[in-house]
Amino acid sequence: MHALALALGPVHQHYLLQARQMQALSFSVHIPLVCFGIAFPMMVLFVEWLWLRTGDTMYRTLAQRWSRIVLALFAVGVITGTILSFEMGLLWPEFTATFGGVFGLGFAIEGFSFFLEAIFIGIYAYGWNKLSPRMHFLSGIPVVITGFSGSLMVISVNAWMNHPTGFRLAHGKVTHVDPLAALFGNPYLWSELIHMYVAAYMVTGFIVAGCYAVAKLRGNWGRYQRVALTIPLTIACLAAPMQLLVGDWIARDIAVAQPIKLAAFEGLYKTTRGANEHILGWYTNGQIKYGIAFPHLLSLLAFHSWNAKIIGLDTVSANDRPPINIVRFSFQIMVLLGSALAVLGVLYLLVRWRRGRLPDTRWFYRAVVLSGPAAFLCLIAGWVTTEVGRQPWVVYGVMRTSQAVTGAGGIPVGYGALVAAYVAVAIGVVWILRRLASKPLELDPAGVIPTPGDTGADTVATS
Amino acid sequence: MLHTLPLAFVLAGVVLYTVLAGADFGAGIWQLLSGPGERGERIREHAHESMGPVWEANHVWLIFVLTVTWTAYPVFLGSLASTLSVALFIAALGIILRGASYALRSGARDARETLVIDGMFSIASLVTPFALGCAAGAIAAERVPVGNAAGQPFSSWLAAVPVTIGVLAVCFSVYMAAIFLAGDAQRSGDTEMADAFRARSLIAGAIAGAAAIAALIVVHGNAHSLYSGLVHGGALATVIVSLVAGILTLVLVWIRRYEPARVTGAVAVAAVIAAWALARNPVLLPGLTIEQAAAGHDALVTVIVAVIAGGIIMFPALGALFALTLRRRSQPMPGSETAAGAAHVGTPLRVSAGAPRVAVALFIVGIGMLNAANAGWCHIIGVVALFGFLVAGFVAVVPRALATDEP
Ligand code: HDD
Ligand code: HEM
Ligand code: HEM
Repeated sequence: MHALALALGPVHQHYLLQARQMQALSFSVHIPLVCFGIAFPMMVLFVEWLWLRTGDTMYRTLAQRWSRIVLALFAVGVITGTILSFEMGLLWPEFTATFGGVFGLGFAIEGFSFFLEAIFIGIYAYGWNKLSPRMHFLSGIPVVITGFSGSLMVISVNAWMNHPTGFRLAHGKVTHVDPLAALFGNPYLWSELIHMYVAAYMVTGFIVAGCYAVAKLRGNWGRYQRVALTIPLTIACLAAPMQLLVGDWIARDIAVAQPIKLAAFEGLYKTTRGANEHILGWYTNGQIKYGIAFPHLLSLLAFHSWNAKIIGLDTVSANDRPPINIVRFSFQIMVLLGSALAVLGVLYLLVRWRRGRLPDTRWFYRAVVLSGPAAFLCLIAGWVTTEVGRQPWVVYGVMRTSQAVTGAGGIPVGYGALVAAYVAVAIGVVWILRRLASKPLELDPAGVIPTPGDTGADTVATS
Repeated sequence: MLHTLPLAFVLAGVVLYTVLAGADFGAGIWQLLSGPGERGERIREHAHESMGPVWEANHVWLIFVLTVTWTAYPVFLGSLASTLSVALFIAALGIILRGASYALRSGARDARETLVIDGMFSIASLVTPFALGCAAGAIAAERVPVGNAAGQPFSSWLAAVPVTIGVLAVCFSVYMAAIFLAGDAQRSGDTEMADAFRARSLIAGAIAGAAAIAALIVVHGNAHSLYSGLVHGGALATVIVSLVAGILTLVLVWIRRYEPARVTGAVAVAAVIAAWALARNPVLLPGLTIEQAAAGHDALVTVIVAVIAGGIIMFPALGALFALTLRRRSQPMPGSETAAGAAHVGTPLRVSAGAPRVAVALFIVGIGMLNAANAGWCHIIGVVALFGFLVAGFVAVVPRALATDEP
């Protein structure tokens, strides 16, 4: 086994941990915005289609107001994404220099995809009064497609980092690079892509619905709010149970491809046949303390067999293991909250189906308000599971994170500056969303059924 | 050929970024220089409105440059990003601030809020091109060695030649912006603004020209190999092209032909960048030729194919966006306020009776194929069934929900 030949040469970085945190912070800021870029345009377009179909101008008002939010969040998505692109060079130059030829293509195509997305978002957002209604509607469709293709490209890179293929190592040197095989010939790409895509619909759907649930709880409730709640909520409630199934799929893929990661999810130290599944609790000294054990469940879930063998952490040396508790805790948050959201979704669907109306208890709307933050937590927790669970590798089993990092000094300074900038951006985003929400609703009287007490204030993002 | 073609794409991207995003940065700087009072406000408003629809698209050229570089010349990118990390990080912070202020401005309610946001925006617009220019200058002046952060973190880009290039980048931006804004004002029939920006273009053009000559002198004194590269052969020819295009641009602005002036301005910028590339060819960094830096054969081929295919799709779309913004202040399209143009106005939504059952059935198929079965083809069916479940479920719920009168 030859050591990996680094394209630039080894360095020592005292602040590796800070560099990793900087990367994690930037992703955590980017990824929720991305969800809105993926899923919100589809909802806006559906509402616009309702307008075209029924001629009811309330739908037009709703689509226009939502499209302003899409535009504002897209702008922030663009800048946070740009920061990520910079960081690939600024923080991980060795990773980029050694493997750029393998995974770079994914980002290059992603670049075009976002190009198209930016162009059509511009056309869509500024075209309300300049294009014919049908052309305007059509100009939104590429936004939906490019949101998907963009995430396909980025996820293909991430899937490759987790399951590197498409190149060979000859005496530690990267040779025989086949970027297409690396990015798209990777069987693990699909589960990750679909899980992320569905997550985007859940996050967007629950957060948007949550805003109108706040309105409902405050007694600000009319046809406009009801429509604006129903569409995203229905999508999210359908996506939530589906996500459970996709999550199971991805976990079974992990069991085969990254057994040490699975062991970290579960805090399984010793290789075991018929392994138990633990819920909650804490991992110390090779075991789970205070957890609730379900006998054989892990073997059953991972391999569909009562006594299947699950590889434990003891099969690799201590410095090849990820930080167990962070990974395990994130994984549990995702699964528990994700299951709770699925239950909420099924409840909603049952009430709709059986009774033909929205649930009417206040508890339901309180739950919907909380579902947005919960879906967001799942999203971040899921990514922490994936990324921290991959440690200590940046390219699984091939390149260590400590080999990938920059040799430049001043990481703590950069980290501090970036935190300050993101805090400022976050404050700005909250401010702009509240401003957009508090613009008075201009509903065409012909298009609405006026309700008593409807002050006309739309309540997006007052939460 | 294979080794240099991606570099040609990258350089074309740099040219487009300099011209398009440069105008965008420059518009921000003009906001800074707009002065007080109502007139200042109008200038800021004009600068903002002209750029609003296009800035995101303009900005993506930078992403294009970055991603193609790290795919095709990974060692080059790794070396320059690690050595020039400070300059690039400052540019990145500037980009955050600029983008954020675009997003925020639409929420501003009074002049004071707008002023704060514009101020933030303008400073970022000044810092970003300067820092990027310095980084480019550091590469040109051979101050970036191969290796992980092998060069000096500060003196690599805070030296005579890089700083001069940084200043030049700012001057170019301001100049391109003034021409663009003059043209935009002329199109919308705002002669006052058009003349205001014409005067600004002429001044900025003179300054940019002077800065270019000063830069040549600084390069002569401090980076002699670059200088001698510039004054020989093909590089010299392109320097002359740049000079001619620059003068032509001033003339065109003088006679109020702003659109052609933008084109000649772009040619001038392109020629400067081409001259640099020709003067350096075939070296990217000291001791690293283009061929040595290039990624493997397959990576290059795929990135070239991807860029060409992407370009074929993208350029018509970009054209449509620019065409739309040109239509900016014209009359709204007839009928655009109503759905009259659409086919089925007033058609109620169809409520489907079978959809709930179909949804449940597809969900069960999904569980069986995705979660019980293990074969790859079963998973494909499972995923398709689950997406079918989403659609069927949506059809089952939403039309009925929208049709009822319940609140
Ligand atoms: C709304 C968000 C959401 C919800 C409800 C769930 N997930 Fe998830 N999960 C994600 C959002 C997410 C994610 C953030 O999108 C991740 C990170 C990487 C990825 O592709 O998806 C992820 C990753 C991820 C991974 C790690 C993949 C890897 O390491 O490569 C596993 C094993 C699961 N998920 C499993 C589940 C299970 C069993 C769930 C059942 C409840 C679940 N997820 C619900
Ligand atoms: C290393 C990781 C990533 C990098 C370098 C990156 C880079 C970028 C860049 C440069 C943009 C701006 C595009 C533009 O200017 O229009 C962007 C936006 C976007 N990114 Fe990322 N990204 C990363 C991770 C992700 C992930 C994990 C996803 C999702 C699955 C994603 C999906 C998107 C989407 C959909 C947009 C469009 C902007 C929006 O809708 O808000 N990105 N990203
Ligand atoms: C799809 C695109 C993504 C790519 C290409 C990518 C790439 C990277 C890279 C290069 C690193 C640094 C090296 C390392 O620590 O292993 C990293 C770390 C990390 N990323 Fe990702 N990432 C992606 C998506 C995300 C998302 C969306 C999140 C959301 C939260 C995320 C969270 C993290 C975390 C928490 C770390 C630090 C892990 C640690 O050091 O313990 N990543 N990622």
